[in-house]
Amino acid sequence: MRHLLSSADLGRDDVRALLATAAEMHEVQRRDVKKLPTLRGRTVINLFFEDSTRTRSSFEIAGKWMSADTINITGKGSSTSKGESLRDTVMTIDAMSVDCVVIRHMASGAAHQVAQWVDASVVNAGDGTHEHPTQALLDAYTMEARLGDLEGRRVAIVGDLTHSRVFRSNAITLRTLGAEVTLVAPPTLMPSGIASWARADGLTLADDLDAVLADGPDAVMMLRVQRERMSGGFFPTPREYTVGYGLTRERLRALTSANPDAVICHPGPMNRGLEISADAADAASSLVLDQVSAGVAVRMAVLYHLLAGEEVTA
Amino acid sequence: MTPTNPSSNRPIGHVGDGHASSNRPIGHVGDGGVFPDRPIGRVSTSRDLLLTGVTWYEPDGTPRRGDLALREGLVTEVGTVEDTEGLERLDADGLTALPGFVDLHTHLRQPGREDAETVASGSRAAAAGGYTAVLAMANTTPVTDTAEAAEHIVELGLACGLVDVVPIGAVTKGLAGTELAELGLMHRSRARVRVFSDDGHCVSDGRVMRRALEYLRAVDGVISQHSQDPALAGPQACCHEGELSGRLGLPGWPPVAEASIIARDAMLAEHTGGRVHVAHVTTAEGLDVVRWAKARGIRMTAEVTPHHLALGTDLLTGYDPVYKVNPPLRPAEDREALAEGLLDGTIDAVATDHAPHARHDKEHAFVDAAFGMLGLETAFAVVHDLLVAPGRMSMSDLARVMSLNPARIAGLTGHGRPLRPGEPANLVLVDPAASVTVDRDASASLSRNSPWHGRSLTGAVHTTILRGETTAREGEPAPC
Repeated sequence: MRHLLSSADLGRDDVRALLATAAEMHEVQRRDVKKLPTLRGRTVINLFFEDSTRTRSSFEIAGKWMSADTINITGKGSSTSKGESLRDTVMTIDAMSVDCVVIRHMASGAAHQVAQWVDASVVNAGDGTHEHPTQALLDAYTMEARLGDLEGRRVAIVGDLTHSRVFRSNAITLRTLGAEVTLVAPPTLMPSGIASWARADGLTLADDLDAVLADGPDAVMMLRVQRERMSGGFFPTPREYTVGYGLTRERLRALTSANPDAVICHPGPMNRGLEISADAADAASSLVLDQVSAGVAVRMAVLYHLLAGEEVTA
Repeated sequence: MTPTNPSSNRPIGHVGDGHASSNRPIGHVGDGGVFPDRPIGRVSTSRDLLLTGVTWYEPDGTPRRGDLALREGLVTEVGTVEDTEGLERLDADGLTALPGFVDLHTHLRQPGREDAETVASGSRAAAAGGYTAVLAMANTTPVTDTAEAAEHIVELGLACGLVDVVPIGAVTKGLAGTELAELGLMHRSRARVRVFSDDGHCVSDGRVMRRALEYLRAVDGVISQHSQDPALAGPQACCHEGELSGRLGLPGWPPVAEASIIARDAMLAEHTGGRVHVAHVTTAEGLDVVRWAKARGIRMTAEVTPHHLALGTDLLTGYDPVYKVNPPLRPAEDREALAEGLLDGTIDAVATDHAPHARHDKEHAFVDAAFGMLGLETAFAVVHDLLVAPGRMSMSDLARVMSLNPARIAGLTGHGRPLRPGEPANLVLVDPAASVTVDRDASASLSRNSPWHGRSLTGAVHTTILRGETTAREGEPAPC
């Protein structure tokens, strides 16, 4: 594995190996002294063109706990405004002989393009509305920790699918692991071409969240509704969105009664009261903090597989 | 404003000097009022040519084979040439002579972005591609929205002299879409502008479009419309809206954003009696509207680009900005509909939308990179390879869509003419049997954003002749 650009880069065995390594790394996380010498002498650049707290800090911690030299470079706005091309920016960094570039960019495909240009390994830490493969890995890790093997498990992904890179990567990784995936969103927030896409990838489409919950899915993944979408005409008002697609207290109750073991995920940051109620966010079945905790372990596993120079087996 | 005949030795590069405010046409009239119909200036030293063993077509499509004599910028004899005295012989065995191509849609970037293209470099690319006339879009810096700006483009074109560079005037000031540019003054200027376009932007305000069409009726001008409803396909829209745009997370460009503007413009053309030319139609939906408008007798014409005929949406999978173009590449069903539309005459012309960009403007993230691709040098080969070589289109129909019709739409009377004695010697020799692998680094353009790089195409431009002067030979353009 040279780069991790898309969840589609990972076959079932790859995901299994990464999740197994992540489990070992998670063990390390529970020690008092967390530092491993694994990536000593390696340099990881976190190149973040877009604001991020949890993803950037978890990559940074992941690198540091494996003794890599980790440097953060943040740039606001696209480089076009600085008169420098994206290629110029990344070539400047690549010229410093770094081993890995972890890139977050507001433009879809940025990580793919960067991987064409640089010698370093590239990890996609979120590109526009395209993908966020390490998020999908940590979501799978978190859900499996509670539910066991995801093969045959039923997962509902609810919310702003159009603009969600979390959805795109999760749909791929969950299918790779054999889970059944149901997508729920208002028609204006369903991605273009979703009908043929869903047919091709074996995804189920639904627009009635209550019916989906009454079916007792094993996991419900609520997606963040971006602030800018609220004024974008995708739905009339936040109140109407919540009534149609929010995981309200009533819906939490309906879910729990249909499937007492069902879990709730959210990639964060949450809009409490909009797409997820406080009751659901803080419920015992909520995995929100587990997701954050798994983020470091999963990113350690990814860096390890990319940089440690050997295939890792469980 | 009666055009006068020039003396045949007049240096064309200097004609306009000191006369910027006069109404006298630059160079000479005979072709839209601007271009010489006799070789003059640098052309005065050109050799008269005898093309032997060449194939050409009668206006009804009948192929003929024989010799062509070109003297003093005109076709003087066809078939058998009795007196070959003083003629330089060019063995054209296996080559086909067509009227020189006319491009309704070229971006030359000068003034403003001379690092990406100049009138001179673009003229050389045009000559290499078999063109004898190109219409230069108005979206330069400054915008071609005044008579002076239009005359400047003509002068730059004449100074190079490899191709007739015909300026397109902006419809609205600064392409801003709100106030009419000086349409009448551009038309009355020595540049004799007849085609107007805000290309790059749609004239989306219906009231502005209506007024422009009404106003241009007086001069029989035509508006080349970039049909893109900005409310349905905004400035970020860069991928055909469909499953692939959904998967790639790229802002979608839905066909309805094109078709709805074409429909509105057809109705405005009908209402005003004005002429609308649909620039780069890309969708089956848009094409259906054009077909409807034509059947209704509305004065509407349409063009398609080689890339929209031949390249598909799936090329965007790797996010390579070389494939980023506006409107975007479309799926196979649209491309097949466009080919059908070109064959059945719904689409009148092939136009390149040649859009050179400096490397650093393309090396951004996909959504941030510049729209557009090179096209002048490859257009003939692409259309030939796609439609003529497989037997779907005849060579004379290719000449119709790449020369005759675009010349007619632009009102260029000296181009797109049959190869007959007395006609201007504006022609191209093509080699239908040649197979060429496109090499972007061999381009005469200053830019390298060719989506055809590395592709092998059947058919090549061999020689281009403008008013008797060879402007490209064996694909190599002459220096300016």
